[in-house]
Amino acid sequence: MSVQRNAIIFAWILLLPALLYVTAIVAYPLVDTFILSFTDASLKKTTNWVGWANYDKIFNETFAEVIIRTFVWTFFSVSIKMIIGTFGAAMLNAAVPGRALFRVLTMPPWIVPMAIGIFMWGWMYNGQFGMISGMLQRFGLVDGPVAFLAQGSTAFWATVITDVWIGVPMVTLYMLAGMQAIPQDLYEAAWTDGAGRFYRFRRITLPLLVPSMITMSMLSLISTFNSFDIIWILTRGGPSGETTTMIIDTYKTAIGSNKYGEGAARAVLICIFLSIFCLCYFRVTSRLSANDKR
Amino acid sequence: MREPPQLINRYKWYEILGIYAGIAIFLTFVLAPFVEGFLVSLKPLSQLFSSPYRFIPENGSFEAYHTMWEHVPGFARYIVNSFVISGAATVIVLILVVPAAYAFARFEFRGSGLLLGAFLAVNMFSGAVLLIPLFRLMRSLGVLNTYFAMIVPGVAFLIPSAIWLLRTYMARIPRELDEAAFVDGASHFYTLRRVILPIAMPGIVVVAITTFIGAYAQQFIYALTFNSKSEYAPLPVGLFAYFGRQEVVWNELMAASFVGIAPAMIVIFFLQRYLVSGLTAGAVKQ
Repeated sequence: MSVQRNAIIFAWILLLPALLYVTAIVAYPLVDTFILSFTDASLKKTTNWVGWANYDKIFNETFAEVIIRTFVWTFFSVSIKMIIGTFGAAMLNAAVPGRALFRVLTMPPWIVPMAIGIFMWGWMYNGQFGMISGMLQRFGLVDGPVAFLAQGSTAFWATVITDVWIGVPMVTLYMLAGMQAIPQDLYEAAWTDGAGRFYRFRRITLPLLVPSMITMSMLSLISTFNSFDIIWILTRGGPSGETTTMIIDTYKTAIGSNKYGEGAARAVLICIFLSIFCLCYFRVTSRLSANDKR
Repeated sequence: MREPPQLINRYKWYEILGIYAGIAIFLTFVLAPFVEGFLVSLKPLSQLFSSPYRFIPENGSFEAYHTMWEHVPGFARYIVNSFVISGAATVIVLILVVPAAYAFARFEFRGSGLLLGAFLAVNMFSGAVLLIPLFRLMRSLGVLNTYFAMIVPGVAFLIPSAIWLLRTYMARIPRELDEAAFVDGASHFYTLRRVILPIAMPGIVVVAITTFIGAYAQQFIYALTFNSKSEYAPLPVGLFAYFGRQEVVWNELMAASFVGIAPAMIVIFFLQRYLVSGLTAGAVKQ
């Protein structure tokens, strides 16, 4: 018994440093954000309690638009990432010569400093001289130069595509790991029964990949919802707010205009959405594993 | 009689063609910005700012790789800063994570699963969500515009994946080793230091590398917000100031970017085998 207790005390001692660190840098600021969201904190020396005023202000402004835009942006980014990533994983899972090299070649967008990858996209989107506009003109698809980041509709998609590009390597390698974990016997059994390659993919690979897909969509959803660097570097939320997502709006309010209280209220809203996503995720996965056991 | 299983992987010619075409399309999307960025770094400015657009540089040269050192004054400093920030972050992460991962891998106590979940949930709040209180915290500590302010917050968001990776690795070490040491009268701490750490070293190295790469790749928002002195700026923020100017000297910016990503590329090149397995380890339930 005392051996057992010793072990538990030892485990807690091992965990303590990391626990304290995360408490100081994540848990405490989280609570502080919540408290600040009910105040008018700013650069001024005094801070007053304002109750729900910051939240009232949020819902009276054009904030509904920002929320909808954030969800649309996130939805498209995550879906496209999942589609391209699963496609890439299926291709890289095929036993063809050179696949080890191809797998390594998918990694650069993930490993390179994010900001630098974004600079490259910034040039590609350049209207006068950039590659995409230039290629489109050369193939006669558009008449004049297209300044992708200067118009709201194209800037929106430009930021989505850059986000997809940064997220695809992780999705691809994760889905690849998922595909490789599927027992080979299943394929062999199907093969001896005469099932074709495409049929095997559709009836074995895809169904068994569902848990991996759910996990990856979830992870991707959280990071995409929080995505800041891409939009900030490419457009800073512009032109005229057309790429302003919740996180960009929070940053502009809090750091740009020093309205910490109002910014904190926005941050709290983001946390609430993220928590809802997580709850949904846990419900879905627990239902899935319950189905497995049955 | 069963035929040899390799036959299942024998492709018809059109299947091979289709797979390579698919890989080509996929890799074009992934690598196009790098190819274009590299070609831009070779083009003289006069050719860059001319239409119609030409993909292949004419009289391309590495001139931008020389001139950028003059035009981006702090460039060498930015790279050093990036390494200092990532290096310090990696050391702190390892100090915190190695014991924690061992605790999660070996000891079962009430609430351990919940606590692990709480650590993983930290990633939910990465980015700008906690920026306001962190900014106020850094200001009241008087550490704005120091390395400290850029290192400390980032570490918290590198901890979850490091714990997850290392825990998976350590859980694979046979328990008999701990028990044998314990029977011989070794303390828990001695067992960790003399038995587990040496065996777990390859895993720790992978975690160190992935953490360093993560720290190197993600240093933007905290450095942008908590530091306004360009002499402390890491590479992404240093180049961002340059990128934000009216007249961007694109060929030099791209040249600087390529020099800046060289360290990460070298790491990938030498450690690719460990990385692909390391980054996805624990991804799949065993």
